[in-house]
Amino acid sequence: MNTYRVVEHTVRDSYGRIISFLSADWRNLDAVEDALADALVSALESWPKSGIPDKPEAWLLKVAKRRLIDRTRRDRISEKAFAALLAMSENVQHMDFASFPDERLKMLFLCTHPEIDPSMHTPLMLQTVLGIDASRIASAFVVKPSTMGQRLTRAKAKMRSDRLTFSMPDVEELPERLDAVLESVYAAYGSGWEDLGGVDPRRRGLVDEAIYLGRLLSAHMPDESEALGLLALMLHCEARQQARRDDAGSYVPLSEQDTSRWSSSLIAEAERCLHAAARANRIGRFQLMAAIQSVHAQRARTGRTEWQEIALLYEGLSRLSPTLGILVGRAAAVAEAYGPREGLTLLEAIPHAKIGSYQPYWALAAHVHRKLENFGEARTAYSLAIGLCEDRSVRRFLRQRAMEIEQSTRTRT
Amino acid sequence: MHFTLMLFESTEDFAARQNPEKQEEYRAGWSHYVHALRDSGVAVTGFGLHAPETAATVKRSDGTMHVQDGPFTETKEQLGGIFVIDVPDLDTALEWAARAPVNAVEVRQNLPAMK
Repeated sequence: MNTYRVVEHTVRDSYGRIISFLSADWRNLDAVEDALADALVSALESWPKSGIPDKPEAWLLKVAKRRLIDRTRRDRISEKAFAALLAMSENVQHMDFASFPDERLKMLFLCTHPEIDPSMHTPLMLQTVLGIDASRIASAFVVKPSTMGQRLTRAKAKMRSDRLTFSMPDVEELPERLDAVLESVYAAYGSGWEDLGGVDPRRRGLVDEAIYLGRLLSAHMPDESEALGLLALMLHCEARQQARRDDAGSYVPLSEQDTSRWSSSLIAEAERCLHAAARANRIGRFQLMAAIQSVHAQRARTGRTEWQEIALLYEGLSRLSPTLGILVGRAAAVAEAYGPREGLTLLEAIPHAKIGSYQPYWALAAHVHRKLENFGEARTAYSLAIGLCEDRSVRRFLRQRAMEIEQSTRTRT
Repeated sequence: MHFTLMLFESTEDFAARQNPEKQEEYRAGWSHYVHALRDSGVAVTGFGLHAPETAATVKRSDGTMHVQDGPFTETKEQLGGIFVIDVPDLDTALEWAARAPVNAVEVRQNLPAMK
């Protein structure tokens, strides 16, 4: 492995830990981040020449701390803080790095603090725990980098001024807070996943980061079955990465994917997580979503998809959390299991106000109308689905389907 | 809030408008997008522009006006059309920009209308 990659790995592994560790005593997140950024720059400069230190994390921590002390000295912010930093610095000299506490979980929980705007949970997490920069986060969330930068700064200022605590929430608070954490990890995965072609390396990175966080959560909270459920879900989706496009780069829908292109090792890992989760006997939405993907994965062995089973799982899911995505998913599964008419009935039951610019709704509506030979409705729905589409290859795929209607109606008349 | 989406097209895009083989696909791409904009109720107004070589630019130099053929600036991508949309925030405007069938879209918030 070259030095650069080792540095990158160390950074990945240590970033959140060091930030969280320093922030616990020194509440100014910006200052801590600046100091660590400086330390990383020195590492990148000196490690390739002098070799990687035995304890890279300790090295980074020490340098970052020195920067913080320098800064304090310069700013003369407060005598008290300075003393605290000096004491901390003493500590580090004698610290046993085998027992260096993993504070990243606390950091994850802090980023999803109820006092912080929910739309900032995921971006904040990506930045503070993984050290991803604002412009990269912005591009994944389709926002201007400067706007994202401002929002992150504002959220961090709020953490500081409200003195939001860097501690694990109380037991009674935990389920709600964990939900927000899982939700954020899933959102990070989703925004990377949407970039189907993997054309944007920045988004592609988000998928890896989300899985990384999923593993971190599952490893540290093995009793939380939903954390395992989320990891299983992401691994199942990840297993199909290579099958989502054909050799020509065109979009391939799940039902037409070549199962030999699925990763059997990722599927096996996902199944292990799902089984481990089931032991707790507390079913939740991530486990249900993972179970749906697990049924799809069985096609690799059996050659068929058990749509009735999937429809049943969606039924449970829609009672637990009737989000727009899940309602549309349920209609799709029912259409496959019991026929397009049943699917259409469910689609039409979704409140119209919600669906105006929701692309998956129109893609599914087009599909069921085509099956029912309602060509006029199908045409309108395809047009909307294409117009709302962000991905070129999906757009091309839908256009092809829409053209097939034109051809079949032409031959009829 | 009103935002203007300025849609930039490449030379190939402009050429596709005239090319009998590509014309239909080119138009279809736009009509789906326009359909979605109108149907979701965000469209305020919008229009396409003729190709940049049909442009005439009026420029003043040394106090006199000169008319010259072609666009104001010669760049690889040229303005092909404009949409004004009414959405709650910049994020939503950027989402709509991302759906456009072109590779470059400039998004700017409109100033309030003049009295």
